[in-house]
Amino acid sequence: MSSKPVPKPTPETQPFWDGCSAGELRIQRCKPCDAAYFYPRPFCPRCGSDEVEWFRASGRARLYSYVINHRPGPGFDEDAPYAIAVVELEEGPRMMTNIVGVENTPENLVLDMPLQVTFERRDEMAVPVFQPAVEGGTR
Amino acid sequence: MSRTSRSISGVAAVVGVGATEFSKDSGRSELRLAAECVRAAIADARLAPSDVDGLVTFTMDSNTEIAVAREVGIGELTFFSRIHYGGGAACATVQQAAMAVATGMAEIVVCYRALNERSGRRFGQVSPGGVAPTSTGVDNSWSYPMGLSTPAAMVAMFARRYMHMYGAASEDFGRVAVAERAHAAANPNAWFYGRPITLDEHQASRWVVEPLHLLDCCQESDGGVAVVVTSAERARDLPHPPAVVTAAAQGSGTDQFTMTSYYRDDLTRLPEMAAVGRQLWAQAGITPSDVDVAVLYDHFTPFVLVQLEELGFCRPGEARRFVADGAIELGGRLPVNPHGGQLGEAYIHGMNGIAEAVRQIRGTAANQVDGTRHVLVTAGTGVPTSGLVLAPAEV
Repeated sequence: MSSKPVPKPTPETQPFWDGCSAGELRIQRCKPCDAAYFYPRPFCPRCGSDEVEWFRASGRARLYSYVINHRPGPGFDEDAPYAIAVVELEEGPRMMTNIVGVENTPENLVLDMPLQVTFERRDEMAVPVFQPAVEGGTR
Repeated sequence: MSRTSRSISGVAAVVGVGATEFSKDSGRSELRLAAECVRAAIADARLAPSDVDGLVTFTMDSNTEIAVAREVGIGELTFFSRIHYGGGAACATVQQAAMAVATGMAEIVVCYRALNERSGRRFGQVSPGGVAPTSTGVDNSWSYPMGLSTPAAMVAMFARRYMHMYGAASEDFGRVAVAERAHAAANPNAWFYGRPITLDEHQASRWVVEPLHLLDCCQESDGGVAVVVTSAERARDLPHPPAVVTAAAQGSGTDQFTMTSYYRDDLTRLPEMAAVGRQLWAQAGITPSDVDVAVLYDHFTPFVLVQLEELGFCRPGEARRFVADGAIELGGRLPVNPHGGQLGEAYIHGMNGIAEAVRQIRGTAANQVDGTRHVLVTAGTGVPTSGLVLAPAEV
């Protein structure tokens, strides 16, 4: 059975992981900049303001880059070779993730393809993963 | 950053180099490797251990300055310093030494790096993970749960986007490996001496992490390299032609991570290396076209191409064309890593590249480039990094 790493929240990242557990992609936004950012931080990385807020992102993203890993990390042995991806959220920020719902081959993974978030359980937690978006919703 | 009376340029010089053999299983401790290369560098400079009053190494080095001093017979130290960020530290050790010499903190400083990277702790293997309660632990928490756990995979993420943006192909990365292995094949001190590769062999080598083949990855090595730095004045009294430090710089980019700077505007660049390059050209008072030999950090081939772009040898996305006609080979317009680099000679975390630069200035390299006046050296890529320009005293 999988023993993939389980994220260890910090006080600053807890709301993000709570969102994942609830099936929501919650990230932060700077109010003065009106710009979203990720990873979670108490101050805006652009302007330094502390007027920041959490919000639910759409979960829509595009495939920005990926690798197909032939040397699995801990807990990923059964998945190898598997894709690790950087996706760009509709709101702007990028995050690292895995791609599910499609065989992880270069033919299936075309940069800039549209994706939709879903969540993968890890013990009591969940991590955001992405699957190819289909017209009219997700499959 | 202009060249001023307060510049470090020309103040210090490398006057000694020392190394162990490069192997896959040294059969001795990292401390002994450190002691051997430091001792050899001091002897090469025709100095005595008691002359040394400063030591600099990487935070990743397992040998403390005081242990090395005890092993070698170095007495009182007035300067000791360490640089962080893995291989990004390499050239910064010499920068630290030059600053110490320039400010009178020390007169003779030895920079060293010794590691049993193949037979001991292998950085290229899957890292054991865990998320420490440190800023680095927080950084890793965004990648480790997704199974990103090797340096090769971290670089491959850049490479895939770079290929997409600029139409580069795996063969373009392969040409870097082929050139360097050709250089190593003619360097008796290189692990891959006498063993060149072809582009077909590069393409046929197994995937480590797509789009990187095995032959896109540097080797793993046991060994140690040390260099001796002193003032340009003192260097005049020593037997070897000095390799004058005409520029020495560090750089960290905006939104910098260690190997995973994926969240910047453009994933295909190395802005930390651009920052190093701008400082180097200003300090040395030269432009990229003045460089005779470039020793570029080469843990993975794609970043050799990106460095050519960030340092101004060609425009973004054009490195594949730059290397296509043999420019980086011996006899080309910019010979890169004549010793074979870390792909071909050994992986000593960039310190063997500094030693090669010194040999090129002295005129004693295995693959000597004639008339060498300005040698560029860079340190680790994808991390906060550093660089040097070395030149003969008469420049």
